[in-house]
Amino acid sequence: MTRRIAVVTAGLSQPSTTRLLADQLADAAVAALDAAGEDVSVDVVELRDVAHALTDHLLTGFATGGLAEAIGDVARADALIVVTPVFSASYSGLFKTFFDVLEPETLAGKPVLLAATAGTARHSLVIEHALRPLFAYLRAVTVPTGVFAATEDFGGDSQLAARVHRAAGELAVLVAGAPTVAPRRATALPAADEEFGDVVPFEALLRGEGL
Amino acid sequence: MQIGIFSVGDVTADPTTGRTPSEHERIKATVAIARKAEEVGLDVFATGEHHNPPFISSNPTATLAYIGAQTERLILSTATTLITTTDPVLIAEDYAKIQHLTDGRVDLMMGRGNTGPVYPWFGKDIRKGIELAIENYALLRRLWREDVVDWQGKHRTPLQGYTSTPRPLDGVAPFVWHGSIRSPEIAEQAAYYGDGFFHNHIFWPASHTRQMVALYRRRFEHYGHGTADEAIVGLGGQFFMRRSSQDAVREFRPYFDNAPVYGHGPSLEDFTSQTPLTVGSPQQVLERTLSFRDYAGHYQRQLFLVDHAGLPLKTVLEQLDLLGEILPEMRKGFAEGRPAHVPDAPTHASLVAAAGGARDTTVHATDDVTGARAEDAVEVGA
Repeated sequence: MTRRIAVVTAGLSQPSTTRLLADQLADAAVAALDAAGEDVSVDVVELRDVAHALTDHLLTGFATGGLAEAIGDVARADALIVVTPVFSASYSGLFKTFFDVLEPETLAGKPVLLAATAGTARHSLVIEHALRPLFAYLRAVTVPTGVFAATEDFGGDSQLAARVHRAAGELAVLVAGAPTVAPRRATALPAADEEFGDVVPFEALLRGEGL
Repeated sequence: MQIGIFSVGDVTADPTTGRTPSEHERIKATVAIARKAEEVGLDVFATGEHHNPPFISSNPTATLAYIGAQTERLILSTATTLITTTDPVLIAEDYAKIQHLTDGRVDLMMGRGNTGPVYPWFGKDIRKGIELAIENYALLRRLWREDVVDWQGKHRTPLQGYTSTPRPLDGVAPFVWHGSIRSPEIAEQAAYYGDGFFHNHIFWPASHTRQMVALYRRRFEHYGHGTADEAIVGLGGQFFMRRSSQDAVREFRPYFDNAPVYGHGPSLEDFTSQTPLTVGSPQQVLERTLSFRDYAGHYQRQLFLVDHAGLPLKTVLEQLDLLGEILPEMRKGFAEGRPAHVPDAPTHASLVAAAGGARDTTVHATDDVTGARAEDAVEVGA
Protein backbone atom coordinates (compact mmCIF):
# COMPACT_ATOMS: atom_id res chain seq x y z
CA MET A 1 0.00 0.00 0.00
CA THR A 2 1.50 3.27 -1.14
CA ARG A 3 1.59 6.13 1.34
CA ARG A 4 1.14 9.54 -0.21
CA ILE A 5 2.98 12.57 1.04
CA ALA A 6 2.07 16.03 -0.21
CA VAL A 7 4.70 18.73 0.14
CA VAL A 8 3.35 22.28 0.17
CA THR A 9 6.02 24.88 -0.35
CA ALA A 10 5.46 28.63 -0.45
CA GLY A 11 8.86 29.87 -1.57
CA LEU A 12 8.74 32.61 -4.19
CA SER A 13 12.15 32.66 -5.81
CA GLN A 14 13.26 29.85 -8.06
CA PRO A 15 15.14 28.05 -6.72
CA SER A 16 14.19 29.00 -3.18
CA THR A 17 15.63 27.96 0.15
CA THR A 18 12.07 27.09 1.13
CA ARG A 19 11.89 24.53 -1.66
CA LEU A 20 15.38 23.33 -0.74
CA LEU A 21 14.26 22.64 2.82
CA ALA A 22 11.05 21.04 1.53
CA ASP A 23 13.04 18.66 -0.64
CA GLN A 24 15.34 17.72 2.23
CA LEU A 25 12.34 16.99 4.43
CA ALA A 26 10.61 14.99 1.70
CA ASP A 27 13.74 12.92 1.01
CA ALA A 28 14.17 12.24 4.70
CA ALA A 29 10.53 11.24 5.12
CA VAL A 30 10.70 8.92 2.11
CA ALA A 31 13.86 7.34 3.51
CA ALA A 32 12.27 6.86 6.92
CA LEU A 33 9.15 5.29 5.45
CA ASP A 34 11.29 3.15 3.15
CA ALA A 35 13.09 1.85 6.19
CA ALA A 36 9.73 1.04 7.75
CA GLY A 37 8.87 -1.04 4.67
CA GLU A 38 6.35 1.40 3.20
CA ASP A 39 5.97 2.42 -0.43
CA VAL A 40 5.86 6.19 -0.71
CA SER A 41 4.82 8.64 -3.38
CA VAL A 42 5.42 12.38 -3.12
CA ASP A 43 3.41 15.21 -4.68
CA VAL A 44 4.99 18.64 -4.51
CA VAL A 45 2.70 21.67 -4.52
CA GLU A 46 4.57 24.86 -5.42
CA LEU A 47 2.20 27.61 -4.33
CA ARG A 48 3.92 30.13 -6.59
CA ASP A 49 2.55 28.24 -9.57
CA VAL A 50 -1.03 28.60 -8.34
CA ALA A 51 -0.78 32.09 -6.85
CA HIS A 52 -3.12 33.68 -9.40
CA ALA A 53 -5.58 30.81 -9.13
CA LEU A 54 -5.58 31.27 -5.34
CA THR A 55 -6.55 34.92 -5.68
CA ASP A 56 -9.24 33.95 -8.19
CA HIS A 57 -10.52 31.36 -5.73
CA LEU A 58 -10.88 34.01 -3.04
CA LEU A 59 -13.01 36.04 -5.45
CA THR A 60 -15.03 33.31 -7.18
CA GLY A 61 -15.21 30.56 -4.57
CA PHE A 62 -13.96 27.75 -6.76
CA ALA A 63 -10.61 26.24 -7.68
CA THR A 64 -9.44 25.83 -11.24
CA GLY A 65 -6.73 23.95 -13.10
CA GLY A 66 -3.51 23.44 -11.19
CA LEU A 67 -5.02 24.68 -7.94
CA ALA A 68 -7.80 22.10 -8.09
CA GLU A 69 -5.11 19.44 -8.63
CA ALA A 70 -3.03 20.78 -5.75
CA ILE A 71 -6.02 20.75 -3.40
CA GLY A 72 -6.78 17.22 -4.53
CA ASP A 73 -3.18 16.15 -3.85
CA VAL A 74 -3.35 17.56 -0.34
CA ALA A 75 -6.76 16.06 0.39
CA ARG A 76 -5.68 12.61 -0.76
CA ALA A 77 -2.33 12.67 1.04
CA ASP A 78 -1.66 10.49 4.06
CA ALA A 79 0.62 13.21 5.44
CA LEU A 80 1.79 16.73 4.64
CA ILE A 81 5.07 18.54 4.78
CA VAL A 82 4.43 22.28 4.75
CA VAL A 83 7.14 24.89 4.37
CA THR A 84 6.75 28.66 4.35
CA PRO A 85 9.15 31.55 4.21
CA VAL A 86 8.78 33.94 7.11
CA PHE A 87 7.21 37.24 6.05
CA SER A 88 6.71 39.94 8.67
CA ALA A 89 7.22 37.51 11.54
CA SER A 90 4.70 34.93 10.32
CA TYR A 91 3.82 32.57 7.48
CA SER A 92 3.47 34.26 4.11
CA GLY A 93 0.10 35.43 2.86
CA LEU A 94 0.31 33.01 -0.05
CA PHE A 95 0.87 30.10 2.33
CA LYS A 96 -2.10 31.13 4.47
CA THR A 97 -4.36 31.64 1.47
CA PHE A 98 -3.84 28.07 0.33
CA PHE A 99 -4.99 26.74 3.68
CA ASP A 100 -7.82 29.30 3.75
CA VAL A 101 -9.41 27.87 0.63
CA LEU A 102 -9.34 24.22 1.72
CA GLU A 103 -12.70 22.81 2.65
CA PRO A 104 -13.19 22.45 6.39
CA GLU A 105 -12.08 19.02 7.63
CA THR A 106 -9.60 18.55 4.79
CA LEU A 107 -6.69 18.32 7.21
CA ALA A 108 -8.53 16.85 10.19
CA GLY A 109 -6.46 14.03 11.64
CA LYS A 110 -3.77 14.32 8.99
CA PRO A 111 -0.12 14.20 10.15
CA VAL A 112 1.69 17.42 9.24
CA LEU A 113 5.35 18.34 9.49
CA LEU A 114 5.78 22.10 9.97
CA ALA A 115 8.78 23.93 8.58
CA ALA A 116 9.84 27.50 7.86
CA THR A 117 12.74 29.44 6.43
CA ALA A 118 13.94 32.95 7.19
CA GLY A 119 16.87 35.27 6.72
CA THR A 120 17.63 35.34 10.41
CA ALA A 121 17.50 32.91 13.32
CA ARG A 122 15.58 35.51 15.34
CA HIS A 123 12.40 34.16 13.67
CA SER A 124 13.02 30.64 14.87
CA LEU A 125 9.91 30.45 17.07
CA VAL A 126 7.61 31.23 14.15
CA ILE A 127 6.65 27.59 13.90
CA GLU A 128 5.43 27.59 17.48
CA HIS A 129 3.64 30.92 17.55
CA ALA A 130 2.23 31.03 14.02
CA LEU A 131 2.18 27.69 12.21
CA ARG A 132 1.25 25.36 15.04
CA PRO A 133 -1.87 27.31 16.09
CA LEU A 134 -3.04 27.44 12.47
CA PHE A 135 -2.74 23.68 12.07
CA ALA A 136 -4.24 23.08 15.49
CA TYR A 137 -7.26 25.03 14.27
CA LEU A 138 -7.37 22.86 11.14
CA ARG A 139 -7.23 19.85 13.49
CA ALA A 140 -4.17 18.41 11.82
CA VAL A 141 -1.82 16.25 13.86
CA THR A 142 1.46 18.16 13.90
CA VAL A 143 4.68 16.31 14.60
CA PRO A 144 6.51 17.55 17.69
CA THR A 145 9.64 18.70 15.89
CA GLY A 146 9.22 21.73 13.69
CA VAL A 147 12.09 22.51 11.35
CA PHE A 148 13.21 26.10 11.11
CA ALA A 149 16.11 27.04 8.86
CA ALA A 150 17.73 30.46 8.74
CA THR A 151 20.07 31.37 5.92
CA GLU A 152 23.02 30.62 8.18
CA ASP A 153 21.79 27.03 8.67
CA PHE A 154 22.52 26.21 5.05
CA GLY A 155 26.18 25.46 4.82
CA GLY A 156 27.09 26.36 8.37
CA ASP A 157 27.89 23.76 10.96
CA SER A 158 24.30 23.68 12.18
CA GLN A 159 22.16 20.89 13.44
CA LEU A 160 19.71 21.35 10.52
CA ALA A 161 20.26 17.89 9.07
CA ALA A 162 19.68 16.31 12.45
CA ARG A 163 16.44 18.24 12.95
CA VAL A 164 15.30 17.30 9.44
CA HIS A 165 15.84 13.61 10.17
CA ARG A 166 14.23 13.77 13.58
CA ALA A 167 11.11 15.51 12.23
CA ALA A 168 10.88 13.20 9.21
CA GLY A 169 11.21 10.21 11.52
CA GLU A 170 8.37 11.49 13.68
CA LEU A 171 6.21 11.95 10.60
CA ALA A 172 7.06 8.47 9.32
CA VAL A 173 5.98 6.90 12.63
CA LEU A 174 2.58 8.57 12.37
CA VAL A 175 2.15 7.58 8.74
CA ALA A 176 3.44 4.01 8.97
CA GLY A 177 1.37 3.31 12.05
CA ALA A 178 -1.86 4.64 10.59
CA PRO A 179 -4.53 2.94 8.55
CA THR A 180 -4.74 4.47 5.08
CA VAL A 181 -6.50 7.82 5.27
CA ALA A 182 -9.99 7.66 3.82
CA PRO A 183 -10.40 10.03 0.89
CA ARG A 184 -11.78 13.32 2.09
CA ARG A 185 -13.59 15.98 0.15
CA ALA A 186 -10.87 16.62 -2.36
CA THR A 187 -11.59 20.15 -3.54
CA ALA A 188 -13.82 23.08 -2.78
CA LEU A 189 -16.03 21.41 -5.33
CA PRO A 190 -16.71 17.75 -4.75
CA ALA A 191 -14.69 15.72 -7.19
CA ALA A 192 -16.98 12.76 -7.73
CA ASP A 193 -20.62 11.79 -7.43
CA GLU A 194 -19.65 9.56 -4.56
CA GLU A 195 -18.96 12.67 -2.53
CA PHE A 196 -22.67 12.83 -1.92
CA GLY A 197 -23.01 9.13 -1.15
CA ASP A 198 -23.54 9.80 2.55
CA VAL A 199 -26.31 12.38 2.17
CA VAL A 200 -28.50 12.57 5.28
CA PRO A 201 -31.96 11.16 4.43
CA PHE A 202 -34.66 13.81 4.50
CA GLU A 203 -36.72 12.07 7.19
CA ALA A 204 -33.72 12.54 9.49
CA LEU A 205 -33.41 16.19 8.48
CA LEU A 206 -37.09 16.69 9.29
CA ARG A 207 -36.48 15.28 12.75
CA GLY A 208 -33.66 17.79 13.15
CA GLU A 209 -30.96 15.15 12.92
CA GLY A 210 -27.79 15.49 10.95
CA LEU A 211 -27.80 19.27 11.18
CA MET B 1 -38.81 23.48 -22.07
CA GLN B 2 -39.29 26.75 -20.26
CA ILE B 3 -36.83 29.49 -21.09
CA GLY B 4 -36.73 32.75 -19.21
CA ILE B 5 -34.73 35.22 -17.20
CA PHE B 6 -33.96 35.78 -13.56
CA SER B 7 -32.96 39.05 -11.98
CA VAL B 8 -30.97 39.75 -8.86
CA GLY B 9 -32.10 43.37 -8.78
CA ASP B 10 -28.71 44.95 -8.12
CA VAL B 11 -28.24 48.69 -8.42
CA THR B 12 -24.75 48.87 -9.86
CA ALA B 13 -22.87 51.75 -11.46
CA ASP B 14 -22.33 51.44 -15.19
CA PRO B 15 -18.53 51.18 -15.25
CA THR B 16 -18.35 52.75 -18.71
CA THR B 17 -20.11 55.94 -17.64
CA GLY B 18 -19.80 55.92 -13.85
CA ARG B 19 -23.53 56.52 -13.61
CA THR B 20 -25.58 54.64 -11.02
CA PRO B 21 -29.32 54.39 -11.62
CA SER B 22 -31.70 55.45 -8.88
CA GLU B 23 -33.78 52.87 -7.06
CA HIS B 24 -36.81 54.19 -8.89
CA GLU B 25 -35.18 53.78 -12.29
CA ARG B 26 -34.03 50.27 -11.45
CA ILE B 27 -37.41 49.20 -10.13
CA LYS B 28 -39.14 50.48 -13.25
CA ALA B 29 -36.43 48.90 -15.41
CA THR B 30 -37.20 45.54 -13.83
CA VAL B 31 -40.80 45.87 -14.97
CA ALA B 32 -39.72 46.91 -18.47
CA ILE B 33 -37.39 43.90 -18.64
CA ALA B 34 -40.14 41.51 -17.59
CA ARG B 35 -42.53 42.96 -20.16
CA LYS B 36 -39.84 42.63 -22.80
CA ALA B 37 -39.34 39.00 -21.78
CA GLU B 38 -42.96 38.29 -22.61
CA GLU B 39 -42.77 40.30 -25.83
CA VAL B 40 -39.83 38.28 -27.21
CA GLY B 41 -41.51 35.00 -26.37
CA LEU B 42 -39.81 33.95 -23.14
CA ASP B 43 -41.74 31.81 -20.67
CA VAL B 44 -40.53 32.87 -17.23
CA PHE B 45 -39.52 35.97 -15.30
CA ALA B 46 -38.09 35.35 -11.83
CA THR B 47 -37.06 37.99 -9.33
CA GLY B 48 -34.52 37.62 -6.56
CA GLU B 49 -35.10 38.73 -3.01
CA HIS B 50 -32.74 40.97 -1.12
CA HIS B 51 -33.41 43.28 1.77
CA ASN B 52 -30.46 45.64 1.65
CA PRO B 53 -28.62 48.06 -0.62
CA PRO B 54 -27.55 47.84 -3.40
CA PHE B 55 -30.63 45.78 -4.28
CA ILE B 56 -34.19 46.76 -5.18
CA SER B 57 -35.60 43.26 -4.90
CA SER B 58 -37.27 43.48 -1.50
CA ASN B 59 -41.01 42.82 -1.53
CA PRO B 60 -40.90 40.48 -4.54
CA THR B 61 -44.63 39.78 -4.29
CA ALA B 62 -45.59 43.37 -5.08
CA THR B 63 -43.23 43.30 -8.04
CA LEU B 64 -44.61 40.02 -9.36
CA ALA B 65 -48.23 41.08 -8.93
CA TYR B 66 -47.53 44.35 -10.74
CA ILE B 67 -45.79 42.54 -13.59
CA GLY B 68 -48.59 39.98 -13.61
CA ALA B 69 -51.08 42.75 -14.25
CA GLN B 70 -49.10 43.93 -17.28
CA THR B 71 -48.45 40.56 -18.90
CA GLU B 72 -50.63 37.77 -20.16
CA ARG B 73 -48.54 34.69 -20.68
CA LEU B 74 -45.36 35.04 -18.65
CA ILE B 75 -44.89 32.69 -15.68
CA LEU B 76 -43.84 34.70 -12.64
CA SER B 77 -41.35 33.15 -10.30
CA THR B 78 -38.69 33.89 -7.73
CA ALA B 79 -34.98 33.28 -7.54
CA THR B 80 -35.14 32.87 -4.67
CA THR B 81 -37.78 33.28 -1.99
CA LEU B 82 -36.13 33.35 1.41
CA ILE B 83 -37.77 30.38 3.09
CA THR B 84 -35.42 30.82 6.04
CA THR B 85 -36.34 34.32 7.13
CA THR B 86 -39.82 34.78 5.67
CA ASP B 87 -42.69 33.51 7.76
CA PRO B 88 -44.22 30.58 5.86
CA VAL B 89 -47.64 31.86 6.90
CA LEU B 90 -46.93 35.01 4.89
CA ILE B 91 -45.51 33.10 1.90
CA ALA B 92 -48.60 30.88 1.81
CA GLU B 93 -50.91 33.91 1.66
CA ASP B 94 -48.83 35.99 -0.74
CA TYR B 95 -48.29 33.43 -3.44
CA ALA B 96 -51.79 31.98 -3.27
CA LYS B 97 -53.02 35.54 -3.77
CA ILE B 98 -50.78 36.02 -6.80
CA GLN B 99 -52.04 32.69 -8.15
CA HIS B 100 -55.57 34.06 -8.06
CA LEU B 101 -54.64 37.44 -9.48
CA THR B 102 -52.67 35.97 -12.39
CA ASP B 103 -54.84 32.91 -13.03
CA GLY B 104 -52.11 30.53 -11.94
CA ARG B 105 -49.11 32.10 -13.66
CA VAL B 106 -46.87 31.82 -10.62
CA ASP B 107 -44.46 29.37 -9.09
CA LEU B 108 -41.59 29.97 -6.72
CA MET B 109 -38.11 28.90 -5.88
CA MET B 110 -37.06 28.43 -2.29
CA GLY B 111 -33.63 29.51 -1.21
CA ARG B 112 -31.72 30.29 1.93
CA GLY B 113 -30.26 33.55 0.73
CA ASN B 114 -26.59 34.35 0.84
CA THR B 115 -26.66 37.48 2.97
CA GLY B 116 -25.79 36.54 6.53
CA PRO B 117 -27.09 39.76 8.14
CA VAL B 118 -30.59 39.21 6.72
CA TYR B 119 -31.35 36.66 9.42
CA PRO B 120 -31.43 39.06 12.38
CA TRP B 121 -33.38 41.62 10.32
CA PHE B 122 -36.22 39.13 10.44
CA GLY B 123 -35.56 37.83 13.93
CA LYS B 124 -33.86 34.62 12.83
CA ASP B 125 -30.57 32.91 13.62
CA ILE B 126 -28.25 32.25 10.68
CA ARG B 127 -26.84 29.20 12.42
CA LYS B 128 -30.25 27.63 11.97
CA GLY B 129 -30.34 28.29 8.20
CA ILE B 130 -30.85 24.71 7.03
CA GLU B 131 -33.19 23.91 9.92
CA LEU B 132 -35.34 26.92 9.09
CA ALA B 133 -35.44 25.98 5.43
CA ILE B 134 -36.66 22.50 6.31
CA GLU B 135 -39.19 23.36 9.01
CA ASN B 136 -40.64 26.43 7.30
CA TYR B 137 -41.13 24.64 4.02
CA ALA B 138 -42.78 21.66 5.69
CA LEU B 139 -45.27 24.10 7.25
CA LEU B 140 -45.77 26.01 3.99
CA ARG B 141 -46.75 22.81 2.21
CA ARG B 142 -49.35 22.02 4.83
CA LEU B 143 -50.79 25.55 4.73
CA TRP B 144 -51.43 25.14 1.01
CA ARG B 145 -52.68 21.57 1.16
CA GLU B 146 -54.75 21.43 4.36
CA ASP B 147 -57.65 23.78 5.00
CA VAL B 148 -57.17 23.75 8.76
CA VAL B 149 -53.70 23.39 10.21
CA ASP B 150 -52.63 22.51 13.73
CA TRP B 151 -48.90 22.83 13.86
CA GLN B 152 -46.04 23.09 16.29
CA GLY B 153 -42.38 23.53 15.43
CA LYS B 154 -39.16 24.94 16.81
CA HIS B 155 -38.88 28.21 14.99
CA ARG B 156 -42.22 30.01 15.24
CA THR B 157 -45.27 30.13 17.43
CA PRO B 158 -47.65 27.16 17.13
CA LEU B 159 -50.73 27.33 14.93
CA GLN B 160 -54.08 26.08 16.10
CA GLY B 161 -57.01 25.65 13.76
CA TYR B 162 -55.39 28.03 11.32
CA THR B 163 -56.65 28.48 7.78
CA SER B 164 -54.41 30.27 5.29
CA THR B 165 -56.33 32.44 2.85
CA PRO B 166 -56.90 32.63 0.01
CA ARG B 167 -56.85 28.90 -0.58
CA PRO B 168 -54.64 27.99 -3.55
CA LEU B 169 -56.28 28.56 -6.93
CA ASP B 170 -58.27 25.54 -8.15
CA GLY B 171 -57.11 23.57 -5.12
CA VAL B 172 -53.49 23.19 -6.30
CA ALA B 173 -50.49 24.79 -4.64
CA PRO B 174 -47.99 26.71 -6.76
CA PHE B 175 -45.19 24.51 -8.03
CA VAL B 176 -42.03 24.87 -5.97
CA TRP B 177 -38.40 24.73 -6.99
CA HIS B 178 -35.56 24.57 -4.52
CA GLY B 179 -32.46 26.53 -5.38
CA SER B 180 -29.10 25.62 -4.00
CA ILE B 181 -25.53 25.96 -5.12
CA ARG B 182 -23.68 23.95 -2.53
CA SER B 183 -26.02 22.36 0.02
CA PRO B 184 -26.79 18.70 -0.63
CA GLU B 185 -29.51 18.97 2.04
CA ILE B 186 -31.52 21.23 -0.26
CA ALA B 187 -31.18 18.87 -3.24
CA GLU B 188 -32.31 16.15 -0.84
CA GLN B 189 -35.28 18.26 0.23
CA ALA B 190 -36.34 18.88 -3.38
CA ALA B 191 -36.02 15.16 -4.14
CA TYR B 192 -37.98 14.13 -1.05
CA TYR B 193 -41.00 16.19 -2.01
CA GLY B 194 -40.71 15.58 -5.74
CA ASP B 195 -40.31 19.33 -6.22
CA GLY B 196 -38.05 20.96 -8.78
CA PHE B 197 -34.35 21.55 -8.22
CA PHE B 198 -32.68 24.64 -9.62
CA HIS B 199 -28.95 25.09 -9.77
CA ASN B 200 -27.76 28.67 -10.09
CA HIS B 201 -24.97 27.31 -12.30
CA ILE B 202 -23.61 30.68 -13.39
CA PHE B 203 -20.74 31.22 -11.03
CA TRP B 204 -19.58 27.62 -10.90
CA PRO B 205 -17.76 25.06 -13.00
CA ALA B 206 -19.93 22.56 -14.81
CA SER B 207 -18.44 19.66 -12.84
CA HIS B 208 -20.04 21.02 -9.68
CA THR B 209 -23.44 21.60 -11.24
CA ARG B 210 -23.35 18.12 -12.69
CA GLN B 211 -22.84 16.56 -9.28
CA MET B 212 -25.55 18.54 -7.51
CA VAL B 213 -28.04 17.74 -10.27
CA ALA B 214 -27.00 14.08 -10.28
CA LEU B 215 -27.56 13.91 -6.52
CA TYR B 216 -31.03 15.41 -6.87
CA ARG B 217 -31.96 13.08 -9.73
CA ARG B 218 -30.72 10.01 -7.85
CA ARG B 219 -32.64 10.92 -4.70
CA PHE B 220 -35.78 11.88 -6.70
CA GLU B 221 -35.83 8.33 -7.99
CA HIS B 222 -35.06 6.97 -4.52
CA TYR B 223 -38.15 8.67 -3.11
CA GLY B 224 -40.33 7.12 -5.79
CA HIS B 225 -41.35 10.20 -7.76
CA GLY B 226 -40.20 8.69 -11.04
CA THR B 227 -36.97 7.78 -12.76
CA ALA B 228 -33.95 10.02 -12.34
CA ASP B 229 -34.37 11.45 -15.83
CA GLU B 230 -37.95 12.46 -14.98
CA ALA B 231 -36.81 14.76 -12.18
CA ILE B 232 -37.55 18.47 -12.66
CA VAL B 233 -34.31 20.37 -13.17
CA GLY B 234 -33.67 24.05 -13.77
CA LEU B 235 -30.38 25.80 -14.53
CA GLY B 236 -29.16 29.35 -14.54
CA GLY B 237 -27.18 30.78 -17.40
CA GLN B 238 -25.48 34.00 -18.33
CA PHE B 239 -24.56 35.53 -21.65
CA PHE B 240 -23.74 38.71 -23.44
CA MET B 241 -24.22 38.65 -27.19
CA ARG B 242 -23.71 40.85 -30.19
CA ARG B 243 -23.86 39.96 -33.86
CA SER B 244 -20.10 39.45 -33.84
CA SER B 245 -18.33 37.81 -30.94
CA GLN B 246 -15.56 40.45 -31.05
CA ASP B 247 -18.12 43.19 -30.45
CA ALA B 248 -19.66 41.21 -27.61
CA VAL B 249 -16.33 40.74 -25.86
CA ARG B 250 -15.28 44.35 -26.35
CA GLU B 251 -18.55 45.75 -25.03
CA PHE B 252 -18.98 43.36 -22.11
CA ARG B 253 -15.42 43.34 -20.79
CA PRO B 254 -15.65 46.48 -18.61
CA TYR B 255 -18.89 45.17 -17.10
CA PHE B 256 -17.29 41.82 -16.44
CA ASP B 257 -14.10 43.30 -15.02
CA ASN B 258 -16.02 45.44 -12.53
CA ALA B 259 -18.96 43.14 -11.83
CA PRO B 260 -20.02 42.32 -8.31
CA VAL B 261 -19.22 38.66 -7.50
CA TYR B 262 -16.43 37.96 -9.98
CA GLY B 263 -15.08 41.37 -10.93
CA HIS B 264 -11.39 42.08 -10.39
CA GLY B 265 -10.82 38.33 -10.31
CA PRO B 266 -10.29 35.93 -13.17
CA SER B 267 -10.08 37.19 -16.72
CA LEU B 268 -13.16 37.19 -18.94
CA GLU B 269 -11.52 34.48 -21.03
CA ASP B 270 -10.79 32.26 -18.00
CA PHE B 271 -14.23 32.74 -16.52
CA THR B 272 -16.03 31.95 -19.76
CA SER B 273 -14.07 28.72 -20.07
CA GLN B 274 -14.57 27.79 -16.39
CA THR B 275 -18.27 28.65 -16.03
CA PRO B 276 -21.37 28.76 -18.28
CA LEU B 277 -20.88 32.49 -19.00
CA THR B 278 -20.89 32.95 -22.77
CA VAL B 279 -19.82 36.20 -24.38
CA GLY B 280 -20.13 36.03 -28.11
CA SER B 281 -22.40 35.73 -31.10
CA PRO B 282 -25.99 34.48 -30.91
CA GLN B 283 -24.83 31.22 -32.47
CA GLN B 284 -22.23 30.75 -29.72
CA VAL B 285 -24.81 31.43 -27.00
CA LEU B 286 -27.17 28.97 -28.64
CA GLU B 287 -24.58 26.21 -28.86
CA ARG B 288 -23.26 26.75 -25.34
CA THR B 289 -26.75 26.72 -23.85
CA LEU B 290 -27.67 23.50 -25.60
CA SER B 291 -24.47 21.92 -24.27
CA PHE B 292 -25.70 22.25 -20.67
CA ARG B 293 -27.66 19.04 -21.30
CA ASP B 294 -24.40 17.17 -21.70
CA TYR B 295 -23.90 17.22 -17.93
CA ALA B 296 -27.32 18.08 -16.51
CA GLY B 297 -29.38 15.74 -18.68
CA HIS B 298 -32.60 16.82 -20.37
CA TYR B 299 -34.04 19.49 -18.14
CA GLN B 300 -37.09 21.66 -17.77
CA ARG B 301 -36.23 25.28 -17.12
CA GLN B 302 -33.42 27.53 -18.32
CA LEU B 303 -33.18 30.99 -16.76
CA PHE B 304 -30.65 33.58 -17.89
CA LEU B 305 -29.23 36.45 -15.90
CA VAL B 306 -29.21 39.46 -18.23
CA ASP B 307 -29.70 42.60 -16.11
CA HIS B 308 -26.73 42.99 -13.83
CA ALA B 309 -23.29 44.51 -13.38
CA GLY B 310 -24.49 47.98 -14.34
CA LEU B 311 -25.64 47.13 -17.87
CA PRO B 312 -27.98 49.93 -18.96
CA LEU B 313 -31.64 49.11 -19.58
CA LYS B 314 -31.28 49.76 -23.31
CA THR B 315 -28.53 47.15 -23.56
CA VAL B 316 -30.50 44.63 -21.51
CA LEU B 317 -33.51 45.04 -23.78
CA GLU B 318 -31.26 44.53 -26.81
CA GLN B 319 -29.96 41.34 -25.22
CA LEU B 320 -33.52 40.12 -24.85
CA ASP B 321 -34.27 40.95 -28.49
CA LEU B 322 -31.27 38.85 -29.52
CA LEU B 323 -32.37 36.04 -27.23
CA GLY B 324 -35.80 36.23 -28.82
CA GLU B 325 -34.22 35.80 -32.24
CA ILE B 326 -32.48 32.54 -31.31
CA LEU B 327 -35.37 31.32 -29.17
CA PRO B 328 -37.00 29.15 -31.87
CA GLU B 329 -33.66 27.48 -32.59
CA MET B 330 -33.05 27.03 -28.88
CA ARG B 331 -36.42 25.38 -28.36
CA LYS B 332 -35.81 23.15 -31.37
CA GLY B 333 -32.39 22.21 -30.02
CA PHE B 334 -33.75 21.40 -26.57
CA ALA B 335 -36.44 19.19 -28.15
CA GLU B 336 -33.87 17.24 -30.16
CA GLY B 337 -33.18 13.82 -28.71
CA ARG B 338 -35.48 14.47 -25.77
CA PRO B 339 -37.12 11.20 -24.75
CA ALA B 340 -40.92 11.31 -24.68
CA HIS B 341 -41.07 10.33 -21.00
CA VAL B 342 -39.05 13.36 -19.86
CA PRO B 343 -41.73 15.70 -18.51
CA ASP B 344 -42.10 19.42 -19.03
CA ALA B 345 -41.91 21.72 -16.02
CA PRO B 346 -45.20 21.59 -14.14
CA THR B 347 -47.52 24.54 -14.77
CA HIS B 348 -50.75 25.49 -13.07
CA ALA B 349 -52.70 23.86 -15.91
CA SER B 350 -50.72 20.61 -15.72
CA LEU B 351 -51.02 20.47 -11.93
CA VAL B 352 -54.77 21.01 -12.12
CA ALA B 353 -55.05 18.29 -14.73
CA ALA B 354 -52.96 15.94 -12.57
CA ALA B 355 -55.24 16.68 -9.61
CA GLY B 356 -58.25 15.59 -11.64
CA GLY B 357 -59.56 19.06 -12.43
CA ALA B 358 -60.08 22.39 -10.77
CA ARG B 359 -61.82 22.61 -7.42
CA ASP B 360 -63.08 25.63 -5.55
CA THR B 361 -61.55 25.18 -2.13
CA THR B 362 -62.82 28.38 -0.55
CA VAL B 363 -63.12 27.94 3.20
CA HIS B 364 -66.16 29.72 4.57
CA ALA B 365 -66.04 31.15 8.07
CA THR B 366 -67.63 28.99 10.70
CA ASP B 367 -68.37 31.73 13.25
CA ASP B 368 -71.96 31.93 12.05
CA VAL B 369 -72.38 28.29 13.00
CA THR B 370 -70.74 28.29 16.42
CA GLY B 371 -71.23 31.91 17.32
CA ALA B 372 -67.74 31.87 18.75
CA ARG B 373 -65.56 34.94 18.60
CA ALA B 374 -61.82 35.15 19.13
CA GLU B 375 -62.38 37.40 22.14
CA ASP B 376 -64.57 34.75 23.76
CA ALA B 377 -61.83 32.17 23.50
CA VAL B 378 -59.39 34.53 25.21
CA GLU B 379 -61.82 35.14 28.09
CA VAL B 380 -62.39 31.43 28.58
CA GLY B 381 -58.66 30.88 28.61
CA ALA B 382 -58.16 33.63 31.22
